[in-house]
Amino acid sequence: MSIRKDIETVLSNAEKLNPQLNSFLSVESEHALARADYLESVDGLLLKGLAIAVKDNICTKGLRTSCGSRILHNYRAQFDATAVKRLNAAGAVVVGKTNMDEFAMGSSNESSAFGPVMNPWDPSRVPGGSSGGSAAAVASGVVRVALGSETGGSVRQPASFCGIVGLKPTYGRISRYGLVAFASSLDNIGVFGQNAADIAKVLGAIAGRDQFDSTSADVPVPDYSSFLDADIAGKTVGVPRQLIGEGVDDEVKQAILRSIENFRALGANIVDIELPYARYGIAVYYIIATAEASSNLARFDGVRYGFRAEDVEELRQMYFKTREEGFGAEVKRRIMLGTYVLSSGYYDAYYAKAQKVRTLVKRDYIEAFRHCDVILTPTSPSVAFKLGEKSSDPLAMYLNDIYTVSANLAGIPGISVPCGLSAEGLPIGFQLVGNFWSEGTLLNLAHKYETEHPLEARPSIFVE
Amino acid sequence: MDVRQVAKLAHLEISEEEVALYTPQMDEIVRYVEQLGEVDIEAIEPMLGGLTDEGKATFTLRDDETKGSLDQASALGQAPSAVAGHFRVPKVL
Repeated sequence: MSIRKDIETVLSNAEKLNPQLNSFLSVESEHALARADYLESVDGLLLKGLAIAVKDNICTKGLRTSCGSRILHNYRAQFDATAVKRLNAAGAVVVGKTNMDEFAMGSSNESSAFGPVMNPWDPSRVPGGSSGGSAAAVASGVVRVALGSETGGSVRQPASFCGIVGLKPTYGRISRYGLVAFASSLDNIGVFGQNAADIAKVLGAIAGRDQFDSTSADVPVPDYSSFLDADIAGKTVGVPRQLIGEGVDDEVKQAILRSIENFRALGANIVDIELPYARYGIAVYYIIATAEASSNLARFDGVRYGFRAEDVEELRQMYFKTREEGFGAEVKRRIMLGTYVLSSGYYDAYYAKAQKVRTLVKRDYIEAFRHCDVILTPTSPSVAFKLGEKSSDPLAMYLNDIYTVSANLAGIPGISVPCGLSAEGLPIGFQLVGNFWSEGTLLNLAHKYETEHPLEARPSIFVE
Repeated sequence: MDVRQVAKLAHLEISEEEVALYTPQMDEIVRYVEQLGEVDIEAIEPMLGGLTDEGKATFTLRDDETKGSLDQASALGQAPSAVAGHFRVPKVL
């Protein structure tokens, strides 16, 4: 089959399912077909003809990059993010930009200025967030892989809610050049796939040092695919039992306990570990992430790009009105929280303190990885919740990220892998986090698990 | 929390309805994060960024040479208002 035919199928599936899922903010047919035609005659590319969906906060030259926000509703990026550039160089085809919580702030995709994304397993439920559109696009079978971004769990949590695999790499593994900044000490680009093998390929193509991102680390990029089939006998899985108790849905808990036993049966050693400071993760996160966001989002002022409020008489009024009309409620809340915790007289009590507790959260992991290779927890305390269920209670929404934020605070990699369905037929995922630069080990364990225990069900909304 | 004052610092012109909506929500979030007060942080160094040891060791300097950048037309091409090679804004004073 020709690349053009393949890509035409993907584009048509994306268009067909979008009225039900709202997972794409734009389907880029003209761009994708031109790429397909060009690629027909190019040989030797690792990802030749692979259709990929890209979260709308990752810059794609000439294509819409709105961040799910009214303030950038008409913005077309003037350059490609490094991850996108590398995907293109490897022969992948960007087929569209995916819906997301506005500026990646949310855990349900309901804060998008362009409407929520529906979960392909049950359209009355959220797909998770903030990379909900990318997760739904992969879960519904439109694309095999998609790029997302993570600041506190925005790849792993929607992967879990949508029954697919989602990887957040080590901080510094993938260049963030061209990823619209939310919280710079926490942001990562992540990868969604229907399986770990596809993620290994994509990660290998985009990882590595980039001169345009000074936080990208000069660490060699291994052949991640070569890790997949390694024997996991002798690998040690740490389980922080005190974290898998209160506040977790019983069905999730049972599925996690089963997956621990499944790893044991695959030959892994299971050990108990403790992460005493993990329970402060959310509090630390919502100080550091909002503080950094209040600074990063100061650039949206209506001067250089995007939306500008009308009927203003002077400059200051233009800033205030543009931001008031351009940002949604969750973004305003977080900008204001960040402004508050950084403001004169409060800095030491909040921000400086949070930075110190962040050190303790990271130390927890360094200590734990002296005793185990990976740590297993639920990805999320619940299965996908109903649209609207938590949207009026910001704190309840934040507490969703309890299992995921700590990896972002520490800078370590994590992966979410499907491990069963609830009685209502909704996916449950476990999360593995590993030491710095251990993506190969995470992909190995994920691959072995999904091969032995595949999720033998499909979402109700799936391509024909 | 004085949400009106914070909004002003953040350059947001929020409405009375928003003040009524955000005040209890933000008070609740601030109360939640204040649990950090119970953690003993005596002699703990702050974690100032997300970098790993390898990231910190990565050499990020380069020679100070002129390199290409966005041309003026694309830099101005997305502006809500541009004129004669400049971004145009309402009067400043």
